[in-house]
Amino acid sequence: MAKKLMKGSEAIGEAAIQAGCKLFFGYPITPQNEIPEYMSHRLPQIGGTFVQAESEVAASNMIYGAAGSGERVFTSSSSPGISLMQEGISYIAGSELPVVLVNIMRAGPGLGGILPSQADYFQATKGGGHGDYRLLVLAPWSVQEAADLIQDAFDLADFYRNPVMILGDGLIGQMMEPVEFHPDRKPCKELKPKEWAATGCKGDRPTNIINSLFLDPAALERHNHKLQAKYEAMARDEIRCAEYGTEEPYDVLIVAYGTVARVCVTALEDLKEAGIRAAMVRPITLFPFPYAQVRAASEKAKAVLVVELSCGQMVEDVRLAVEGTRPVHFYGRQGGMLVTPEEVVDEIRRLLTVPQLEADHA
Amino acid sequence: MLETVFCRTPALADVTTHYCPGCTHGVIHRLVAEVVDELGLRERTIGIAPVGCSVLAYNYFTTDFQEASHGRAPAVATGVKRARPDLIVFSYQGDGDLASIGMGEIVHCANRGEKITVIFVNNAIYGMTGGQMAPTTMPGQIATTCPLGRDVELAGYPIRVAELLSTLRTPAFIARASVHTPLYTVKAKEMIRRAFRHQADNRCFSLVEVLSTCPTNWGLPPAEATSWLEENMLPYYPLGIFKEPGGEDRAPSPLGEKR
Repeated sequence: MAKKLMKGSEAIGEAAIQAGCKLFFGYPITPQNEIPEYMSHRLPQIGGTFVQAESEVAASNMIYGAAGSGERVFTSSSSPGISLMQEGISYIAGSELPVVLVNIMRAGPGLGGILPSQADYFQATKGGGHGDYRLLVLAPWSVQEAADLIQDAFDLADFYRNPVMILGDGLIGQMMEPVEFHPDRKPCKELKPKEWAATGCKGDRPTNIINSLFLDPAALERHNHKLQAKYEAMARDEIRCAEYGTEEPYDVLIVAYGTVARVCVTALEDLKEAGIRAAMVRPITLFPFPYAQVRAASEKAKAVLVVELSCGQMVEDVRLAVEGTRPVHFYGRQGGMLVTPEEVVDEIRRLLTVPQLEADHA
Repeated sequence: MLETVFCRTPALADVTTHYCPGCTHGVIHRLVAEVVDELGLRERTIGIAPVGCSVLAYNYFTTDFQEASHGRAPAVATGVKRARPDLIVFSYQGDGDLASIGMGEIVHCANRGEKITVIFVNNAIYGMTGGQMAPTTMPGQIATTCPLGRDVELAGYPIRVAELLSTLRTPAFIARASVHTPLYTVKAKEMIRRAFRHQADNRCFSLVEVLSTCPTNWGLPPAEATSWLEENMLPYYPLGIFKEPGGEDRAPSPLGEKR
């Protein structure tokens, strides 16, 4: 299939359709309105259904209902809207239903602003709603990768019976880039029929009940252990990350995800020209986090720099990965202000003047 | 030769319920199950259970079920029905669930004309949480969060859900019934039958509000509870059909003219 120039939001919508999703329930919020607009236009063309919900709370419960019937379903929102969806998301995780969620992050807290941000990392990767649960979180850095990850997200959601979130920022949603779809694409996991779905109780089979209520504490504990085993399986089998320049010797390791990592790739080129040796690890799955990969890459560096559009959230996972064996520094911008390659270069130059590092570097 | 003249309807599970003595949830469950069976819908019916006394409704029916969070049953039902329009979807909700925390969801679900059936059980109190004031609690009625009785100056008047929803322009079937006597119970079943019929015919949104007793939290023996319902709730919550899918729109009188 030929490449098409598409806006990120539209590519995300089209990728969901290509993945066989015919259902979208959502509520307008900037900067992701192009996703529901695209779905409202495209879904009727393919016999699908678009519903504009009365709120994000309702939307999250509509996708919960639709997923319970075994159909592929999808929603998108942006930070304040995702906060409102946490009720449904917790129930979806607790009831073990497959849904795909897109969060095109904007700056917070509160109403915040509409410009790009990565300040929902904690919310996405550490729970967000009530109870012990995890989303599988995928972070694209380009429109093409967003389209590819959306399709994988549906397979992963079905395989694990767990919500999967695509965590992007306003740049992913708004920029236009060439995208290629692969109609003959095979699922990334081996998928079984959804025999658990509530589709009508035929004959005398036991009723299928989609539920997260366990009044017996021992049963609820067992249910929690079952969920945890699933998250452990994700950590074992689903970690994705990319490395840049780690095959050469380097003094500083950058860790960044999403569009910030693209800025950092430019910074890596500038650093190379300036004779400063640096490399980067880019986590693609934020949960499960590539702890082992970050740790291994950090061991070849003298220091680690985490760059984010937040006040420092993923940096906590990097510190857990490095376990104090290397100094971990943070550089971030907030409020919709973006990181530039020059800022990353300057920050690394500054780090290299820290006495211990300078001595090592000399 | 013995002939079976009365038996449990197949859509109702053969189990003991957790409902209190004198509570009418059991009667309403039975009416729903009988209608589902009589219309031959059991194998394609999905129930949506609420948060409230009927949170365990999925244990009492032999249809597939999905448990909703508090108040969101109409949104969950929307998701199921839109995903699988061939299924028959009903939500079963109490007054705290539907008329308080879930007011947004029920209004918009009705207004979109989702082809689902809502069984709305109004017993004028929060039952499962232990007798707190509901949006439907009667003026002066004592509850644990209005120990001196509902003060309409502070809490407003009880919300009449059937009347409120019947103002929406979208076609719908909306009725109020009661199950406090056998005769009223027979009439209630007829309303529930019509509601499911409208859905089975893919016609419109349908809701039956059913007045119900809560002897435990009203602090009354079951027989006195039915009398209390008749004396206190019936005058405020009139029974009848409030809206039918072919019904006329309500037109206001022109400004400045007497009706």
